[in-house]
Amino acid sequence: MSEENKNYLSTGDTVKSWLLTTDHKRIGILFLFSILLFFTIAAVAAALMRIELLTPQGDLVHADTYNKLFTIHGVLMVWFFLIPSIPSVLGNFVIPLMIGARDMAFPKLNLLSWYLFIIGGFFAFHAIILGGVDTGWTFYTPYSSAYSNSHVVEMALGIFIAGFGSILTGLNFIVTIQTMRAPGLTWFRLPLFIWSLFATSVILVLATPVLAITLALMSVERIWGIGIFNPKLGGDPVLFQHLFWFYSHPAVYIMILPGMGVVSEVITCFARKKIFGYYFVAFSSVAIAVVGFLVWGHHMFVSSQSIYAGMAFSILSFLVAIPSAIKVFNWTMTLYRGSISFEAPMIYVLSFIALFVIGGLTGLMLATLPVDVHVHGTYFVVAHFHYIMVGGMVTAFMGGLHYWWPKISGRMYPEKLGQLAAIIMFVGFNLTFFPQYILGYLGMPRRVHEYAPEFQIYNVLSTAGASILGVGYLLPLIYLLWSIFYGKRATANPWNATGLEWQTSSPPPKNNFHETPVVTEEPYNYPPLNEIGEITLASNEHK
Amino acid sequence: MKENSIVADQFENAQQQSEAAHLGMWTFIATEILFFGGLFLAYIVYRHFYFTEFVAASKHTEVLFGTINSIILLTSSLTMALAVHAAKENYRLQISRWLALTIFLGLAFLAVKGLEYHDDIENKLVPGAHFDPSLPAQSQIFFWLYWTMTGLHAIHVTVGLGVLSTMLLLARKEKFSANYNTPLTLAGLYWHFVDIVWLFLFALLYVISRHK
Repeated sequence: MSEENKNYLSTGDTVKSWLLTTDHKRIGILFLFSILLFFTIAAVAAALMRIELLTPQGDLVHADTYNKLFTIHGVLMVWFFLIPSIPSVLGNFVIPLMIGARDMAFPKLNLLSWYLFIIGGFFAFHAIILGGVDTGWTFYTPYSSAYSNSHVVEMALGIFIAGFGSILTGLNFIVTIQTMRAPGLTWFRLPLFIWSLFATSVILVLATPVLAITLALMSVERIWGIGIFNPKLGGDPVLFQHLFWFYSHPAVYIMILPGMGVVSEVITCFARKKIFGYYFVAFSSVAIAVVGFLVWGHHMFVSSQSIYAGMAFSILSFLVAIPSAIKVFNWTMTLYRGSISFEAPMIYVLSFIALFVIGGLTGLMLATLPVDVHVHGTYFVVAHFHYIMVGGMVTAFMGGLHYWWPKISGRMYPEKLGQLAAIIMFVGFNLTFFPQYILGYLGMPRRVHEYAPEFQIYNVLSTAGASILGVGYLLPLIYLLWSIFYGKRATANPWNATGLEWQTSSPPPKNNFHETPVVTEEPYNYPPLNEIGEITLASNEHK
Repeated sequence: MKENSIVADQFENAQQQSEAAHLGMWTFIATEILFFGGLFLAYIVYRHFYFTEFVAASKHTEVLFGTINSIILLTSSLTMALAVHAAKENYRLQISRWLALTIFLGLAFLAVKGLEYHDDIENKLVPGAHFDPSLPAQSQIFFWLYWTMTGLHAIHVTVGLGVLSTMLLLARKEKFSANYNTPLTLAGLYWHFVDIVWLFLFALLYVISRHK
């Protein structure tokens, strides 16, 4: 193979060439494999919980073990899977490609992010092996700082370190998008995926440090034996909750905005149309990031927060629904009279929209004070955020992974299997989590391993759904790995998509482009459709 | 001058590289502000909850040490700015001199802080079982914040000294000039940030309630 034809995968295959790489594409792949590892551990914890909940009695695990299971599941899924999922894997891989750059602005810092993530993951994993943590992923004080008899500090340290990894990722994205765009690529010619990741990065940079200091204060309090969140001394545990949710609610948008970016990319490509209302979709990402910082109090409606604060937070939470709804309407309008085809990424994206609408609307119910008092701490909340986090973000991640898989691996995944897995996931997901809405509405509390017998039927349905969902996740794992070796070789632009990342070969060369591209048009400039919504002949020919 | 303005592979030119580095540092400082922000919020909340206890406690901080340290850090910001200025004017020898002086002042700050901590421990100002019994119980919250805020700040000073020492080494190798001084300028930015944080700490922990 001549030097000219080498791609980023064939430029070196030693372990060292991977562990010391500063190539954003390789770092993206390092992240992909590491987050899959954590996803698997967290999924096993979820599976154990679902098996326990098959029967009303606590027959598989003790209450203590159950507490540790949902803590492992929450901590690993939130910080070691969802937050890095689309940004650190897909974002890392495609941002420089999409903006026509050779790499991130700070390639070494990019690698450092991965090492911080791994070191943080090591501490979290170590805390689990030592015996786990039973505080839940929220670490509420004074339980976490004074009473819990588990490895809280080590787990918090893991999250603290991984948190600095994501801060550096956010910083790198902001600087890269701001300073590294190709000639002619103005802000309003940027793909919407870039806009959504820019908004995500702002949240990463401004919210994560608050989590870091909060967990540090909690840990100092635990080590020192005295602190500011413990009422014994006059401290206020609710202050911890304010600080925690000041990070953790915006973090929810870290976990959904990138997914929305994927939707905008995929839906235009498989509807063969320009996005409807580019400016609205772009600025709704910014609006979600900004307003998202002002809604944290809706987690604390029943935590002794003043009723007037509750009302303000309730109204602000309703406001976030506006930019979110704008996106959904614009995606739907993009589909209107498009030439739609149902490749796997498109199926994922359509199920994202459906599940996000359900998750979002139930979010509005939860933002309503009286309804929240009724369903607070029940499975209704669990169902709501799983519709957003799993139904939304994981689905979008799978969609994006399939969409860019030919670019990442240079191979096509098996299309029929891809479509099948997407449908299995949609069915399995709804069967798992829809019954939980009913359970919560009927009053089943979350975080319990025993429950009243009348809830059993819904729990059995949910566990059955989880098994189907498990199959849905296993399938892509198998066929994507298979396709790396045996898949059909991908062309540079298998989807006939616009966007700079499709103008270079698959997989791209180490420096992304043989010559720096120049951009002269708006994004999603798909050839016009004729009156009955078909692609005109001219563009059909090169398909 | 080529060896002095090395442009990394991913950048088109030196200007783009310098812009990226500056934006990166400012973004990092934004992160740092939010990092300290949690502590400042806690201070505001508890000062509101336990005003008289905070007033009583703040009379026990050592204002003399605090004032000396404020002067030291402010002066170090000046010498830092002079180091950057020397680079921009191409006075290469002076860069090292001003940097060395800045590092010396940083060390002096830590030394004074150490003396103060020593006195604080002797005066039973560490929250916990051995806390000064003549002070109201909630003053411990004040001192808990005092220790964590100044401790976190001291960590930042220490990191800053590490950065400045690296800059000193690079300056001795004559890496900086009017054409290329981005790392030095950004190290300066960080140092000024650490300095500004101290001014807020000084105001809140030593000065604000002294005459109430």
